[in-house]
Amino acid sequence: MNQLVISVLAAEDPYVSHHWLFPELGEIIYGGLASVIVVGALVKFAGPMVKKSFADRTARIQKQLDDAAAAKVTADSDAKNIRAALGDIAAERARILAEADAQAASVLAEGRSRMTTEIAELEAKADGDINAARGRGTDELRNEISVLASRATPLVVAATLNDQVHKDLVEGFISKVGAGK
Amino acid sequence: MSSAKVKAYAQALFAIAQAEGAAEVISSELYAVARAYESSDQLRNALGDATIPSERRLQVVEQLLGTRANRATVQIVSMIVASGQVRELPAVFDEVIALSSAGNNQDLAEVRSAVALTDDQQSRLAAALSKATGKAVNLKVVVDPSVIGGLVATVGDKVIDDTVRTRLDNLKTRI
Repeated sequence: MNQLVISVLAAEDPYVSHHWLFPELGEIIYGGLASVIVVGALVKFAGPMVKKSFADRTARIQKQLDDAAAAKVTADSDAKNIRAALGDIAAERARILAEADAQAASVLAEGRSRMTTEIAELEAKADGDINAARGRGTDELRNEISVLASRATPLVVAATLNDQVHKDLVEGFISKVGAGK
Repeated sequence: MSSAKVKAYAQALFAIAQAEGAAEVISSELYAVARAYESSDQLRNALGDATIPSERRLQVVEQLLGTRANRATVQIVSMIVASGQVRELPAVFDEVIALSSAGNNQDLAEVRSAVALTDDQQSRLAAALSKATGKAVNLKVVVDPSVIGGLVATVGDKVIDDTVRTRLDNLKTRI
């Protein structure tokens, strides 16, 4: 018996299938049952999770779309406000510039007027000073000439007095005193 | 020195001059010394400088007057210098000449001139001043170049000024 089994076994290699394409029938049965069990388990346990995941993703995308729409609305509103503010700023700028121009014109006119007045006063003062200085200069020159003349005159006169003049002066003095003058 | 002290000094010196029998000569010489002292800075410094030994100052007096003046005059000046009263020398000697003039019943007539006067001019000038003041005058002439020309006479309180200097001063004032 043993010899028979061995020979049968020896005639069929367990590691070699009977057909090059199809598996053995048993393998198909057991494999098919196992696949059904696995698929069933997947459907039962993983299916809800997958479904929930897709639903969450859809909701998230929808939320992002809603947020984007809301942001767009907000951006539009902000842009509108900014444009309005820009308009206000431009108007304020124009008003400030106009006011500054007016003030500058006023200050310029006032400064010009004050400068004109001050220049006139300075010119008048300068004229007065010049006239006073001219007068002082003339007086000083006159005094200087007088001083120089008074210093020089005795020297000049003394140099011109000779013996005869001295004698005449003495004789004139004696005559005048003698005459009781 | 007070006025009384000056008079006391002058009277003492005049008494010495009278005792010497040459009061007029000595007083005239003292008057000349006073004018020289007034007009010369160098002489004032030489006689009045206390840092110069008194022997040296007396030597100066001797050199200046020794052979030119009466011996009594030299001694009087030396005495004043030695006594340290040289600053009062003009005042004392002026008082001496005043006493001398008064002794002769004369007024002292000081005349300042730019040039020296001849004896003739001096005698005619003395006569003219006597006539003008009504009193005899003791004429003393001082040569003073600062008057430039002409004469100025001082007799007591009276001043007769006809100098070129005064005329120029008047002219300067008018200018």
